[in-house]
Amino acid sequence: MTGTPWGPDPRMIPYAGNPSPSTPSRAPAGERVGLHSGADEDPVVRPFMLTGGRTRPLRDGLRIETLLRAAPAALSAPLRFESRRIVELCQAPMSVADLAVALRAPLGVIRVIVGDLITDGYLAIVEQLSELPTSLIERIRDRVRAL
Amino acid sequence: MSGRSSGTMTLPPVAVKIVISGGFGVGKTTFVGAISEIEPLVTEAEMTERSIGIDDTSAVTAKTTTTVALDFGRITLDDALLLYLFGTPGQDRFAFLWDDLVDGALGAIVLVDTRRIEDCFPAIDYFEEHEIPFIVGVNAFDYARRFDIEEIRDALGLDPDVPMVECDARDRESVKNVLVALTERVLARRLGKERAGSAW
Repeated sequence: MTGTPWGPDPRMIPYAGNPSPSTPSRAPAGERVGLHSGADEDPVVRPFMLTGGRTRPLRDGLRIETLLRAAPAALSAPLRFESRRIVELCQAPMSVADLAVALRAPLGVIRVIVGDLITDGYLAIVEQLSELPTSLIERIRDRVRAL
Repeated sequence: MSGRSSGTMTLPPVAVKIVISGGFGVGKTTFVGAISEIEPLVTEAEMTERSIGIDDTSAVTAKTTTTVALDFGRITLDDALLLYLFGTPGQDRFAFLWDDLVDGALGAIVLVDTRRIEDCFPAIDYFEEHEIPFIVGVNAFDYARRFDIEEIRDALGLDPDVPMVECDARDRESVKNVLVALTERVLARRLGKERAGSAW
């Protein structure tokens, strides 16, 4: 149970560091990935470096507009950099896309980190209505018109 | 549930998504930028060489990631209502991102450039197939020849009940009109369904 979620995603990109989730992102890079040398043939930090190479979130149903909210208690949790930032930003509800912009990371990377935070209980999805009521669509129309 | 005294409603906020689609260079970025309150860009990274068998781990090292920029806009309609706009990537090779983008959308806007009408066929096909309510916005390019809107409808092979609006993606008021037209379309479809439902 504990081993499988951290296994390499079949689509994962090469990651030379230790795939342990607790590994800081500045782990020593191997021959293929130059994280902070900048002089190798690939000077760009590979996007899924932040997720230990995983490209699939533990949690399904994370749309780009899904709103997330963190419990205030999560602020004192021992989280690494990106996760901590997400928990800080989500003290007010924030969407996956907003987080991707704030952290300058691809959506897929945010989905993986957010999925972990939800699994660990630091983050919760702000549940949405399955179908928007007609009155709400009318409200959208009227608010847009009034912009 | 904490009782925060920020003066906002206690109801959780609602996030609504509208998809902006159309061919490459049709004006999606301009359209989103004309109304968004934030810099309209978000990125997605995807594996390239997706044809490689997923179980063939020996081939993993041959893969790289491709980053694609997506148009992204946010409009805060009120304390508890957020409207997000997402542009579908124009290039065919990113078509696999569409399902994620479109899933759960209120509706879609297909932008058309009359000089390259055929560019929006994939988008129209997609929304028709997935029964997503959509409207067509004919983006007015200064140097393009003007067509009668019904001529364009014929060229697109559109159902007569799909609304078409002329617009200028650079103009905020025009963009607002298109968004309003889409909500009207969604409402009309819903009313139609209710009537059809009550007839049973």
